[in-house]
Amino acid sequence: MKLTYHPLGDTGIQLVFGQTISEETNQKIRLFAELLKAEQIEGIIEWVPAYTTLSIFYRPDKIRYQALLEQLERLYENIQGGVADAASLVYEIPTYYGGETGPDLNFVADHNGLSVDDVIRIHSSQDYLIYMMGFVPGFPYLGGMSEEIATPRRRDPRPKIAAGSVGIAGSQTGVYPLETPGGWQLIGQTPVKLYDPEREQPILLTSGHYLRFVPISKNEYDSIAEAVRLGEYKINSKRK
Amino acid sequence: MSKKLFQVIKPGLMTTFQDLGRTGYQEYGVVVAGAMDDFSLQIANLLVGNQRNLAGLEVTMMGPVLKVLEDAVIAITGGNLSPRVNGQPAPMWKSFAVKEGQLIEFGQPLEGIRSYISVAGGFDLPAVMGSNSTYLKAKIGGLNGRALEKEDILYGNENVQAVTGRSLHYDEIPKYHKEVAVRVVLGPHQDAFADEAIKTFLSSNYEITPQSDRMGYRLKGPELTHKTTADIISEAIPLGGIQVPANGQPIILMADRQTTGGYTRIATVISTDIPLLAQAAPGAHIRFKEVGMDEAQELYFKKQKIVSVLEKIIL
Repeated sequence: MKLTYHPLGDTGIQLVFGQTISEETNQKIRLFAELLKAEQIEGIIEWVPAYTTLSIFYRPDKIRYQALLEQLERLYENIQGGVADAASLVYEIPTYYGGETGPDLNFVADHNGLSVDDVIRIHSSQDYLIYMMGFVPGFPYLGGMSEEIATPRRRDPRPKIAAGSVGIAGSQTGVYPLETPGGWQLIGQTPVKLYDPEREQPILLTSGHYLRFVPISKNEYDSIAEAVRLGEYKINSKRK
Repeated sequence: MSKKLFQVIKPGLMTTFQDLGRTGYQEYGVVVAGAMDDFSLQIANLLVGNQRNLAGLEVTMMGPVLKVLEDAVIAITGGNLSPRVNGQPAPMWKSFAVKEGQLIEFGQPLEGIRSYISVAGGFDLPAVMGSNSTYLKAKIGGLNGRALEKEDILYGNENVQAVTGRSLHYDEIPKYHKEVAVRVVLGPHQDAFADEAIKTFLSSNYEITPQSDRMGYRLKGPELTHKTTADIISEAIPLGGIQVPANGQPIILMADRQTTGGYTRIATVISTDIPLLAQAAPGAHIRFKEVGMDEAQELYFKKQKIVSVLEKIIL
């Protein structure tokens, strides 16, 4: 397979890894991004993985287009040969379902003819692939939610949704990293901050890895929230 | 050592701190922001003896009134918004001293719409994710993540080697016009457009509409038709990317653009011409001209050279 690419003006280049959204394409992009991180090619400023593409921004005074392209083609051949597959991680997001912070949990259950416990069980028994990050800082685009709990967006979006809210919109699920307006059906809340501009590592998640919601009680929520406040909480992650 | 530099008497229409942007976090969805006209900001810094990438004030259309609280050396570059110090016209593209008690003011926008104010030693601001750029939507960077407000006090760093009277060579001072010729590299989705659309794009006049801001410039002109759809699977969008939604009217993505987007992009404005766009007001007309990658990068080097020659003299 030859590398497909397009220039993005004079300071960017986009690599194309597929035409449709799939886990396989996403894993290739993650591997390529890991190679880029390891290689530290001079002149590359940053890169942005997305569903089917990886875009790279660079300084032409450090590396010209042709020279960069040659380096990228070399790396691309490496992933064709099947590099040692670095295992992906599953980040665990402790989530308190229902209650005041998950006001639409009953609606999601009724809409799908399920009990509240079924909704929680289905929602928390899946490793969701983080296809990409975007929309707002730290927001993960997740794939793989069961159609059994799919629910349309609210007809009246809420003017304010608290950071950490876990919601469903159609057949997507997600977590709000910061307070924003929104029309998602809210089923719970995590005390973990996906985004904190003051923290040494402002964003918790990285695309190409997985996320799993872990049900917790109100008491556990409160104690984790306190640990987060004190800067003592560390997110659990394990190899997939 | 930090010192009180300016007191904001009037904030102006929208005055924010900007540096060269918050890079390195786009993969997490963090918007780059930064000076719309990065050339003018870099020159402003170099003229007062700063590193080129320090934060300065980006002044938009109607400038602020600043009271000088301690003697300082400043430079004003970019669009000519009729700067004055103590009622007298102030020089542009040249460093000069301001004295305690003086007022820095702005008047009519004469040419361009964004001025940059640098101060020798730089402004004293906390960095957020490595940058002082203000991104208003996420309320981060600059002064508490917001534009200047009345009564704000702006702090500066102690500075030992302020230089006055340094100026950019006359030939290198950009001219801002109401008709802007902008060079582009086509793609990445030129194949999604009808053949006629590419011709139309490269041969027509597009007007900058009032729905234009730091995030993007919405243009009005001959419709650009797609072969089938205007939508793509979301992907990263570059500075200067020209996206065309289903209505066929192009939008140029600027400093505060989101990190990803789902519309086809017909071309990307080359980095050299972004500052010209940054200085173009609603009502201005744009014509697009295609250039190849070699030419685009040659132009990049030429622009870089102006900055690095000045940098060598100073640092």
